[in-house]
Amino acid sequence: MPDLLLELFSEEIPARMQAKAADDLRRMVTDKLVAEGLVYEGAKAFATPRRLTLTVHGIPARQSDLKEERRGPRVGGPDAAIQGFLKATGLASLDEAKIQRDPKKGDFYIALIEKPGRATLDVLADMLPVIIRTFPWPKSMRWGERSARPGALQWVRPLHAIVATFGMETEEPDVVKFAVDGIEAGQTTYGHRFMAPAPISVRRFEDYQAKLHAAKVVLDPQGRKDIILAEARTLAQAQNYELIEDQGLLDEVAGLVEWPVVLMGSFDQEFLSIPGEVIRATIRNNQKCFVVSDPKTTKLINKFVLTANIEASDGGKAIIAGNERVIRARLSDAKFFYETDLKTKLEERLAKFDSIVFHEKLGTQGERIKRIERLAAEIAPLVGADVEKTKRAARLAKTDLLTEVVGEFPELQGLMGKYYALAQGEDASVAAASEEHYKPQGPADRVPTDPVSVAVALADKIDTLVGFWAIDEKPTGSKDPYALRRAALGVIRLLVENRHKINLISVFDKHAEAFKVTGAAMVRWAGRQVRNNSVDLLAFFADRLKVQLREQGARYDLVDAVFALEGQDDLLMVVRRVEALGKFLDTDDGKNLLAGTKRAANILRIEEKKDGKAYEGAPDAALYSLDEEKTLAKAIDQVKADASAAAAKEDFASAMSAMAKLRPAVDAFFDKVKVNDDDAKVRENRLKLLNEIRDATRAVADFSKIQD
Amino acid sequence: MRPERSFQGLILTLQRYWADYGCVILQPYDMEVGAGTFHPATTLRALGPKRWNAAYVQPSRRPKDGRYGENPNRLQHYYQFQVILKPSPPDIQELYLKSLAAIGVDSHLHDIRFVEDDWESPTLGAWGLGWECWCDGMEVSQFTYFQQVAGVECAPVSGELTYGLERLAMYVQGVDRVYDLNFNGRDGAERVTYGDVFLQAEQEYSRHNFEHSDADMLFKQFAMAEEACKKYLEAGWVSGHNQKKHLMALPAYDQCIKASHVFNLLDARGVISVTERQSYIMRVRELARACGEAWLHTEAGGAT
Repeated sequence: MPDLLLELFSEEIPARMQAKAADDLRRMVTDKLVAEGLVYEGAKAFATPRRLTLTVHGIPARQSDLKEERRGPRVGGPDAAIQGFLKATGLASLDEAKIQRDPKKGDFYIALIEKPGRATLDVLADMLPVIIRTFPWPKSMRWGERSARPGALQWVRPLHAIVATFGMETEEPDVVKFAVDGIEAGQTTYGHRFMAPAPISVRRFEDYQAKLHAAKVVLDPQGRKDIILAEARTLAQAQNYELIEDQGLLDEVAGLVEWPVVLMGSFDQEFLSIPGEVIRATIRNNQKCFVVSDPKTTKLINKFVLTANIEASDGGKAIIAGNERVIRARLSDAKFFYETDLKTKLEERLAKFDSIVFHEKLGTQGERIKRIERLAAEIAPLVGADVEKTKRAARLAKTDLLTEVVGEFPELQGLMGKYYALAQGEDASVAAASEEHYKPQGPADRVPTDPVSVAVALADKIDTLVGFWAIDEKPTGSKDPYALRRAALGVIRLLVENRHKINLISVFDKHAEAFKVTGAAMVRWAGRQVRNNSVDLLAFFADRLKVQLREQGARYDLVDAVFALEGQDDLLMVVRRVEALGKFLDTDDGKNLLAGTKRAANILRIEEKKDGKAYEGAPDAALYSLDEEKTLAKAIDQVKADASAAAAKEDFASAMSAMAKLRPAVDAFFDKVKVNDDDAKVRENRLKLLNEIRDATRAVADFSKIQD
Repeated sequence: MRPERSFQGLILTLQRYWADYGCVILQPYDMEVGAGTFHPATTLRALGPKRWNAAYVQPSRRPKDGRYGENPNRLQHYYQFQVILKPSPPDIQELYLKSLAAIGVDSHLHDIRFVEDDWESPTLGAWGLGWECWCDGMEVSQFTYFQQVAGVECAPVSGELTYGLERLAMYVQGVDRVYDLNFNGRDGAERVTYGDVFLQAEQEYSRHNFEHSDADMLFKQFAMAEEACKKYLEAGWVSGHNQKKHLMALPAYDQCIKASHVFNLLDARGVISVTERQSYIMRVRELARACGEAWLHTEAGGAT
């Protein structure tokens, strides 16, 4: 079966867009082929800085013919219906329609529509220009003479040539005949911009790829990456050094060259006095070069690896020299920034934060730093951190934002703070908090363990959350501009993974006072008056916790059952309850007790609704007439006492074991006892006993909230 | 005047190259601007349907970039060589590469790259797509296809090439410090360096820009320029045979340029807060937008 070769040859496509564009091209063309009834065998797309290429092989040469019978109006039907039928089916007159006999409902017309399949070449000629015109570039542009006309073609950068051929392996392929905005599809492409710019005539993918290679173009991005990585490693190893690998940089560099030539340059030793991360950021971000380390010391050495796009006539000497000069200038700047930063103590930068707005409604950065310091000091004893060190750490943690190096490389925030703090002789924990208080940045990031870092990290995140809750700027749908979900997840991980017990409601409530927001509604929560915002924020945490547990493959549905209990605002305890409950529900005892509790709850709900009253309060022991009732009542008392005692000691596993003892009594009760006794008093007493079952389980969770 | 021998040789070579292509070789605009793009030969001529090919040197002032003459490659006053080709010709990349060859950058010896860089000027209400052009890892030019200028869609699109002359000269002369550039191509006692010409100016203007510029006067100048721009724009509109025409787009635009530069001075002086900054930018953009609108109703702007 024939194959399609499509190449869209343009001016330089931004590196970051190439992979997705290749994928979009493959998807759009193959989807359309399938929609046209042309099922293909395989497809692969490629991108270089100057071209998007697609090969689809094994496409049928023609669409299959279609035959369709379409039922029309009855014979002698109204004229409008008949005209409509003719129009819809494309019949010239009723003479072309068949008449179907139907003695019951009356005869009606049938149109036999035969749609012959089209040649794939024609289908392609129709679909490819549409795909090119509607291609989803993140940003596209107009150019040249035609840009003044309405409907001018838009492409990522000017499009110059299109190759589109279709044919069998053994034959000369056909050109797919179409034109987009004056660019005619043909068989001509071009090689490397500098090394082989001449036109090349191609037939199909195999000769196309080979001819391009001969013209110094490696079509496959993976091929370019492999070359760059292998050569870079070899260059480093030849000198007993090690390449610092960097996938993001490799992807980008492979998108900047058609013919990678890897070269090594060096810079002055004196720059090694700058922190390695700064050297790396300078060389990586500005020059797209790799850095190299000494495997013995794991420290950077004064070498870098660059990827050129040509085999230069002097073997690359001028290219290396040019890059070395630029890197020298860049590193001079970085060194100057770093040394300038070291001249100012971090605390001297604090005053400036008073004039930097954090958020219009939440005051300045200066105010925020003070709030974080106060909150961190309050949290410190709860996580075992030294209060004075924590306050110092909180005060300094953001100060590096105003340094020159962080201004230049924002991704080094925190890390530079640590270096500068150490340089001015701060305590190691205080210095570390500069870097670590931003953590964890997401589900995969490391969670700090040093108590000072933990206290500042919690304070930073809780300040953000309480603040945005106070001004009612909560995440909605996919919109979370202040990364509040990430902050909440950070708090969860900091508390749970470090096993810190903190009652969040009182922390939220107290911190909310720092924001002069009036009219915060108070609500009753666990027997006291608290801010509605705090309860709402806690519910947000419950949602984040569910998401996190779901991603870990745990029983996230149990979170609601635990939060339904009174006063659950200690996330560590919530997680422990959820874990214990999950294990219990995996056992037979757990499953049956859950079933029994649900049965009790269902009966209660129905009867309470029927009677319009709630069956609460202690049952009357005198009204028990059956052994099963007595046994259950006794078991409930026992279980309540045992489970509550265990839960109070935070021994949730024992609380669950205690709970398991309830199961035989519940089973026996439902087996032998008729709840809706004829005697109204007995009935009421039995309903109260059912309520007791529901109550007893609440020592660990609200079983009625568990989904099954 | 070989381009790799002297700063002026480089400029003359580029002028010669683009003159040979058919560009109008203009002189710098006689006002302070932040970049060659501000020259009405680019900003305004990029609007409207008429063909326009021009090239010129434009002294550019970036008050904030002053370093008292102490930084080897940052200047508050530097030169751009600006080329505008409207509509952008299909071989514009080749034309650019040939201009590099003309100044001695051999594309078989050097690694020349087009690296994504989308250009946007918030004050001009302008944006375009293009690249920064790298030579052996150094950015030597900006290359932009204007899509919108002064809030108006460009039809047709112009291609804009901006050469950073000092950078390029440092590259071809093999010099690491801008002040060491040979300006006139002579040796010995006759040699004049870039530092001889500009070092003192860099020191003086840095003092001025950061420490002494009269902020009160500048605030007033901004308001005056803004007001004058609006006044001239309003006075320039005339209604002909059911068609509006404008008669003073250029003088009005001068005031917009003025406001923009004064804003840059105020910004360098550190007297504009973060929130105010945005509103100043919006005010200049509004002037630029109104000037662009006026220009489209002039003859050179394509009004009939």
